[in-house]
Amino acid sequence: MIEMKKVFKLYSNGVTALNGVDASISQGDFVYVVGPSGAGKTSFIKMMYREELPSKGQVYINGVELSSLKHKEIPFLRRDVGVIFQDFKLLPRKTVYENVAFALEVIEENPRKIRRRVMDVLDKVGIKHKARFIPAQLSGGEQQRVSIARAIINNPKLVIADEPTGNLDPDTSWEIMKIFDEINSSGTTVIMATHSKDIVNQMKKRVIAMENGQIVRDEQRGEYGYEA
Amino acid sequence: MVMKLNTARRHVREGTKNIVRNSWMTVASVGAVTTTLVLVGIFLTLMLNLNQLAQNIEDEVQMNVYIELTATQEEMDELEENISQVPNVTSVEFSSKEEELDKLVEDMGEELALFEQNNPLNDVFIVKAEEANQYKNILGQVTEMDAVDGVNYSQNTVERLLDFNRYARYIGIAFIGALLLTAIFLISNTIRMTIVARSEEISIMKLVGAKNSFIRWPFFVEGMLMGVLGSIIPITLVLAGYYYLYENVNDQISIPFVDLLPFNPFAWQISLLLLGIGVFIGIWGSVMSVRKFLKV
Repeated sequence: MIEMKKVFKLYSNGVTALNGVDASISQGDFVYVVGPSGAGKTSFIKMMYREELPSKGQVYINGVELSSLKHKEIPFLRRDVGVIFQDFKLLPRKTVYENVAFALEVIEENPRKIRRRVMDVLDKVGIKHKARFIPAQLSGGEQQRVSIARAIINNPKLVIADEPTGNLDPDTSWEIMKIFDEINSSGTTVIMATHSKDIVNQMKKRVIAMENGQIVRDEQRGEYGYEA
Repeated sequence: MVMKLNTARRHVREGTKNIVRNSWMTVASVGAVTTTLVLVGIFLTLMLNLNQLAQNIEDEVQMNVYIELTATQEEMDELEENISQVPNVTSVEFSSKEEELDKLVEDMGEELALFEQNNPLNDVFIVKAEEANQYKNILGQVTEMDAVDGVNYSQNTVERLLDFNRYARYIGIAFIGALLLTAIFLISNTIRMTIVARSEEISIMKLVGAKNSFIRWPFFVEGMLMGVLGSIIPITLVLAGYYYLYENVNDQISIPFVDLLPFNPFAWQISLLLLGIGVFIGIWGSVMSVRKFLKV
């Protein structure tokens, strides 16, 4: 579902974030992207929802080359990709319910359907009882559940998470990982950049390790491989 | 593609909410629109009335063609015919020397009635042209004709008036243009400041797949509302001020040629125009300021 061919990314400040990356990820994969800070993990991930374009090389999602995509078409790509961040990126003035419903509102979904789907997905991530709270009233783990709910409400084929457990304690992290595992088991591709050695080592999934903008290791059922 | 009713409703709701939520920014932007429109309103009123004044004077302009004292009736008929053949001449009217004297007496006083015994004036053809700037050309042609003693029209006055009117118009248009640009700049700046706070929201909208047009609409509504709010005070001022001016200047002071455009419909037309301009600069300023954040 995702193909990268000799992808380079050079930022205008002179930093080379990706230095000839080839990768292939199939539908239904669960992939950890590991490596030291500044290795290019975030740039690698950003290529997949066209937050960044490669300076050289091609990125294909389901056979579509992303740099050939017209500006008008980008929103439709994004509707098939759910993105989750370390800092949650929730709207502070909206309630949990509104934050999740927002993802449906902007794609002009029928309001009658919105309510049912939002409550369903909040139930799925275990935060339904806090639907009327605003983000500041929630713990970090609860906020991350909300952002996951927002990411998966459109039933995306691909979920991308950039260090989703980076701000969470180990117990909470495991609860979040369980949710990702469930998402993946329903056939959704999950790609997650992480620094959590324990999670990677225990889950035994595919691991892509990056250093200096290159993939240095790509193993099925891999290990974290760095000292945490 | 027609926008869904629910979506349209959402945009109006969001736009209105933003106006209330960023109330001090709204006040700043509305203030900018208000100031601009008050000035634009005053300028437009002045300019259009000035235009009207010039028009009135132009209508009064006429050319006197003095007929030689020795001219026969046939020569006069031929002259009249010739003059009316000149391009742009709209009317040629005969005025005998007696009539001319009567006019003079009326204007200058009874003393001139002495001349009734021995009238020194010429018979005259009074010539009118479509526009004031055509007299110069007509004069050239008529002077050459037979049986003409002399031709005059208030040449300097007409030309100066036309020049003045032209410059006043250019300056007015330039001034109004500059005002509008300033207002757009001010509004887009104020809105941009609120957008920095909203950029997070915009980036999340884009992340979940909102189209740019979807993001832009609430700003469009917001700008429009600010334009409407900003035009309330200027419209009130124009209506009240012009009403006062019209009642007083026209009825009590009588200045030659000064004949203000009637309150109805003029003041209403200006009001509508101000509302339109307000809405336009509100929308323009607002939409300009989101543009930067919409680039992918």
